[in-house]
Amino acid sequence: MNFDDTPQEAEFRKLARTWIEANRPDDLLAVLEALNPDGSKKASTADIVRVSKAWQKRKADGGWACLTWPKEYGGRAATPIQRVIWDQEEGAYGQLSQPFAIGQGMCGPTVMAYADEDTKRRLLPPLASGEDVWCQLFSEPAGGSDVAGLRTRAEKQDNGDWLINGQKIWTTGAHFCDYGIVITRNDPTVPKHKGLTMFWLDMKSPGVEVRPIKQASGHSGFNEVYFTNVRIPDSQRLGKVGDGWNVSITTLMNERFSIGARVATGVPEFFDFASSYRMPDGTLAIEDASVRARLATWASRSNGLKYTAYRAISALSRGERPGPENSIGKLVSAPMMQDIAMAALDLQGPEGARTIDGATPAAKLYQQLYHAIGMRIAGGTDEVMRNIIAERVLGLPADVRVDKDVPFNKIPTKGR
Amino acid sequence: MNFDFSDEQKQLRDEARRFLDENCTTKEVRAILEGKDVYDRKLWKGLADLGLLGIAIPEEFGGAGAGRLELCIVAEEIGRALAPVPYSSTVYLASEILLRAGTDAQKKEWLPKIAKGEAIGALAFVEGPGNPTPGGMKASVSGGKLSGRKTLVADGGVADFAIVAARAGSGENTLSLYLVDLKGAGVTRANVETVDPTRNHAEITFANAPAALVGNEGEGWTLLTQALDRAAVLVAFEQIGGADRALYMARDYALDRMAFGRQIGSFQAIKHILADMYVSATLARSNAYYGAWALSTDAGELAEAAANARVSATQAFQLCAKQNNQVHGGMGFTWEADCHLFYRRSNLLALTLGSLSWWEDALIERMRKRNAA
Ligand SMILES: Cc1cc2nc3c(=O)[nH]c(=O)nc-3n(C[C@H](O)[C@H](O)[C@H](O)COP(=O)(O)OP(=O)(O)OC[C@H]3O[C@@H](n4cnc5c(N)ncnc54)[C@H](O)[C@@H]3O)c2cc1C
Repeated sequence: MNFDDTPQEAEFRKLARTWIEANRPDDLLAVLEALNPDGSKKASTADIVRVSKAWQKRKADGGWACLTWPKEYGGRAATPIQRVIWDQEEGAYGQLSQPFAIGQGMCGPTVMAYADEDTKRRLLPPLASGEDVWCQLFSEPAGGSDVAGLRTRAEKQDNGDWLINGQKIWTTGAHFCDYGIVITRNDPTVPKHKGLTMFWLDMKSPGVEVRPIKQASGHSGFNEVYFTNVRIPDSQRLGKVGDGWNVSITTLMNERFSIGARVATGVPEFFDFASSYRMPDGTLAIEDASVRARLATWASRSNGLKYTAYRAISALSRGERPGPENSIGKLVSAPMMQDIAMAALDLQGPEGARTIDGATPAAKLYQQLYHAIGMRIAGGTDEVMRNIIAERVLGLPADVRVDKDVPFNKIPTKGR
Repeated sequence: MNFDFSDEQKQLRDEARRFLDENCTTKEVRAILEGKDVYDRKLWKGLADLGLLGIAIPEEFGGAGAGRLELCIVAEEIGRALAPVPYSSTVYLASEILLRAGTDAQKKEWLPKIAKGEAIGALAFVEGPGNPTPGGMKASVSGGKLSGRKTLVADGGVADFAIVAARAGSGENTLSLYLVDLKGAGVTRANVETVDPTRNHAEITFANAPAALVGNEGEGWTLLTQALDRAAVLVAFEQIGGADRALYMARDYALDRMAFGRQIGSFQAIKHILADMYVSATLARSNAYYGAWALSTDAGELAEAAANARVSATQAFQLCAKQNNQVHGGMGFTWEADCHLFYRRSNLLALTLGSLSWWEDALIERMRKRNAA
């Protein structure tokens, strides 16, 4: 048991560190931080995308974009452990990669698995270099957790093209994205998982309309996307007709988000807050027994996530696949962040209600109060994550699925 | 990074598990619970024969000379098996304190006996309700004779010797550790019934019992807290062993038991209970591994890592044990089902070495210290 790199890992780390040292984007990060003091409402999306693209391009030119992708698609053909090392070295600069997370993390691998060679060579390098930004058009008003309940229609035309009509929702980044992957229903007369087909598309295609949604926090990070007679050539189909469900699983399996990356929990912010906030009697909050008890639980859970990631990294380093223990990350961190944000308000008494902006620990926690709502839902709700752990890790029976073998157009749509 | 146990260490785990699966089923645990004896002597002898009592004792003192990582591996298996033996008192506490602070003569006298299963040790520090404080201990020594009362000593009724925290005088920094032969003069013991009768506890009264200093005079609080930190990592392994077994016991029951024409494991309420148990056990395991690293390398991070492992493992074992009862329904409240064995052990381990709130407090204090540095 040790935290040492193997000689090859150490060599790679040195290479990465040297390159970052020579190309550090402090200027860009400063812009990001000035714009966006921890997610405050004043952030301008266009500026965030601009500075993020600048860093991504710099990385791509240096051969440090999408590390594990093959070189011909804009990657470096690096191993998974090398990617983790890169992430560790990139550290806080990694914030500048955020607009690309979905495109490079989920859309790219799906295109790589299902598109033809020409398409891959054309689409993937600009996705890797950040020139093109991609979004994932899966969720719909009718189905998020139950995404296979989607209703957006794809109808094959006589000339072989597809005509798309319907609506997607909660599409992160659609308002600044160039491309997307979209899952549609080509056949409503068969059971719901069977009549789905996946495509990639240009977000500037005629008939695509993006409407930002104002979030509970006041920001607009996600969107409604309407499709009205949008034409997609059959060559943009990913996977077989009717096989969209399996294709979407490829996408979702690539939710590689966390390994090695730092997950936000709110613990460091709360620690800083409690270390400086004075209680009415003049003592520091962190000296209060009830604060200490709660913080200790949160800190140990947050540490547990960190060391769980270390176990996964060790598996990668041995060339093995990390175990299922990595599925716990978001389920632990998101509700905890919410509890922590509420505890920070509570300590301030009625004054806790006051809106605070800026980069102080209290202001960061205030932002997390909202951020946490979305985190508990995005990419699988807390409840869905528990189902996944129960079924895939612990081997418990799948939920009863009353609509499983019913033709999609015969499934009831109203709760009452 | 290799944040995992080695293949040889995993082999040791398999061996220990095989041995305990055969020799420490819940039938053996129940025999002690029901008072057939105060601890499982046959199992103790078996552990000695396998070299597991002296696994971390250097060869020169009759042990196997392995490291603390190996000890962590064995601890997890002891916890999994709910072994009704004085392993933690003897191995994590008494023998570790002697190794770190004992004189050469003390080590030569006691460690080989421990390794052979011929001596059981204990740590006596609790005096009445409340978590330990340096000022809270009143037992004292004068002229090499110890007097005072330790109200709850884990394995105190079966131990041959104890490390006892007592004052060398009346001043501030006089707390020291002493070795007392419990079979000698001036020692009276009375067994105490606790939440988990599969582990012996006793009240010990010392009246001018001959006592030999362990470590330096006035060093008692430092040695005691260090010993508790080190033991906290090892007990955390016992706790994750127990938590895991309770989790899979509940999972198996959820697959077998039918209600409303379905496996109860198909109800989301049950699935989500089990998922939360898994999450808690996983976090605790990862934290225990970090504690193991810090313990085995004597890292500067040990104090914080130990508190972190202790908090996490205590919460995980208590959650898994109590929810195992819940998943079992009425059966979980019977003497016959094994659920209560885990419930008992999880509650005992949550209190031994100082209770959860004490360790939570310690974790924050240690985080602050690191941040200030
Ligand atoms: C910040 C954010 C960003 C997002 N970005 C994207 C994106 O880029 N692309 C995209 O396609 N989608 C995106 N989403 C959508 C997200 O995937 C869905 O919101 C999510 O899957 C939940 O679906 P829903 O909103 O339809 O809620 P529902 O599925 O209707 O859930 C409502 C409630 O019912 C519970 N529930 C539903 N099914 C079950 C079940 N089987 N068992 C137990 N409980 C259940 C849920 O847990 C929840 O509490 C984003 C969402 C958020 C909040």
